[in-house]
Amino acid sequence: MAIIETKDLTKVFGKLIAVDHVSFAVEEGEIFGFLGPNGAGKTTTINMLTTLMNPTEGSAKVAGFDIVKDANKVRSLIGLVPQDLTVDEDLTGMENMMLQAMLYHVPKDVAKKRIEEVLRLVELEDAANRKVETYSGGMRKRLELAEGLIHYPKILFLDEPTLGLDVQTRTVIWDYIKKLKEERGMTIFMTTHYMEEADALCNRIAIIDYGKIRALGKPKELKDGIGGDVIELALFDNSKDFSEAIAKMPYVIDVKRKSETYKIKVAKGEEALPNIIEGILKMNLKVSTVSLIKPTLDQVYLEYTGRSLRENEGNREEVMRMMRNIRRARQ
Amino acid sequence: MISEIWALTIREVKKWIREPILVFMMIIQPVIWLGLFGQAFNLTGLVQIPLSNLPPEITQQIGVIFNQTIGSIFGGTLDYFTYMAAGMLSVVILFTSMFSGMSVVWDRRFGFLNKLLVAPIARGSIVMAKVTSSVIRGLFQVALVFSIAFAFGLKAGNAFNVLDLLGVFAGLFLLSLGLSSFFIALTIRIKSWEAHMAVINLLNLPLMFASSALFPINMMPDWLQSIAKVNPISYASDLVRAFILHSSSVGLDVSRIALNFEVLIAFAVIFSFIGIVLAERGLRKG
Ligand SMILES: Nc1ncnc2c1ncn2[C@@H]1O[C@H](COP(=O)(O)OP(=O)(O)O)[C@@H](O)[C@H]1O
Ligand SMILES: [Mg+2]
Repeated sequence: MAIIETKDLTKVFGKLIAVDHVSFAVEEGEIFGFLGPNGAGKTTTINMLTTLMNPTEGSAKVAGFDIVKDANKVRSLIGLVPQDLTVDEDLTGMENMMLQAMLYHVPKDVAKKRIEEVLRLVELEDAANRKVETYSGGMRKRLELAEGLIHYPKILFLDEPTLGLDVQTRTVIWDYIKKLKEERGMTIFMTTHYMEEADALCNRIAIIDYGKIRALGKPKELKDGIGGDVIELALFDNSKDFSEAIAKMPYVIDVKRKSETYKIKVAKGEEALPNIIEGILKMNLKVSTVSLIKPTLDQVYLEYTGRSLRENEGNREEVMRMMRNIRRARQ
Repeated sequence: MISEIWALTIREVKKWIREPILVFMMIIQPVIWLGLFGQAFNLTGLVQIPLSNLPPEITQQIGVIFNQTIGSIFGGTLDYFTYMAAGMLSVVILFTSMFSGMSVVWDRRFGFLNKLLVAPIARGSIVMAKVTSSVIRGLFQVALVFSIAFAFGLKAGNAFNVLDLLGVFAGLFLLSLGLSSFFIALTIRIKSWEAHMAVINLLNLPLMFASSALFPINMMPDWLQSIAKVNPISYASDLVRAFILHSSSVGLDVSRIALNFEVLIAFAVIFSFIGIVLAERGLRKG
């Protein structure tokens, strides 16, 4: 059953079409990733799905409820960890958590237990009674995450949730989110710039650019879609071109010889590799170097948006923005 | 909804009392006002200056005559300081309520508002929490000013009692509820604090002077009178004076009190309602 369903969802700011007739469905219990360069319309889509903004055109249903007509029902079923920080600087971490619990009508005694649990998870239990203004950027982000989890939402929206966090914290947080997802069947809708994360965690991914979805599918499907695995192979004997012979071997789709290296497109890299090497040995040839190159989501991303995600990865602008946010908040 | 309003109000109050400079300002500000206004409008004092080289007996006599004149203008036994201090309580409410919308501006800026907007709570409770904390602040400051005014020589009627005091606070509560809602409704779409300050600065002095807070209405030019007569601050000031003047000889002017209460209740109800209604669209992002 689709738990999020959008139909021609559109948001226009003045002349800018930030989200352009986007239609997709997210299945219950899956982790759905939204990937795209800065300004692609990811946050705007989340803003509409979480009822912060009304769509200019089109519609969407979240957990079966219309995001405009039944906004309050939607709100009670979702959690949002926004891109920009929303914790209150002047309160302590604990006070922020209690306030959040109250906003989601979590009873006090239940809230206390859960707060303890999630604060331990994000390693903020020691800082819980300090004012948030003394927190570092990473700590704030972790507190924000803890807040999004406190009411065990049916659907959790994560907008660049691990941006600016160190690898260790990221891993801990993802493990917990995966656990929550498995134990409680939580659905997760997320955006991220960390490709490895999206690849490893998301059941399905949508690539969005200029407000439009360019590609949607399982990470593997997307990768296969841009042309499967490639075996790069060099032989000791460079006197002749053996391309034609290699092309006849099983699994092989296409062979190109570039200087001394053969680029062999194959259907299933792991199975093709031993077969091809065996075939070459049978021809009484010797392999000097070989490598199996699996397509990365990065290449998929490049293919559909014309931009490499690597360029985005440190994502200076986003980090700067977060820093600005913190500085502004501190004044 | 009540628990939501309450939790959000607690947040505001916590933020506020943790800022020692704010609390200090709230105490010092009314002292300055009372001193300043008390002096600036102390007409006896003003008259004494050019006559200071006359023999003291004559100055004193002129002073007495002057105070009698003022007494006749302001009615009965009321001296100007008492008149002004009573009105000042409403001005204090005006000056605290004006800022009710300011914390919406900050919450929007810091993103905290987004947290509230995705939460399954009524938009109206977000606005009402701001109003409630503004009312609490206002009444707290009123309590301070009132005590200070007594120390400075405010003369209440000899029958002034706890019930009258409650009446004073009830009236000022209604004024604060109405004014806080009014200002929040007026500034709900404003995104920058500079623009918000501009609105406040445009309205604060006109609202204060076009009322009976500092001067009796019948001393004003006609055009000003017509504004003062629809200004809720006039009604609150008049109500406060009616309670303060409670003396055994005259008693309470019940019909005057009832009229003032009616106007203030209508004002508070109408503007709280407008505030709650505007919250739905007004707080929205973008
Ligand atoms: N409130 C707004 N008013 C005007 N333009 C906006 C607003 N919010 C976002 N935009 C614009 O819409 C586009 C999409 O923004 P956003 O959804 O934040 O992108 P992403 O999250 O993918 O980086 C950007 O060009 C951005 O400048
Ligand atoms: Mg974004």
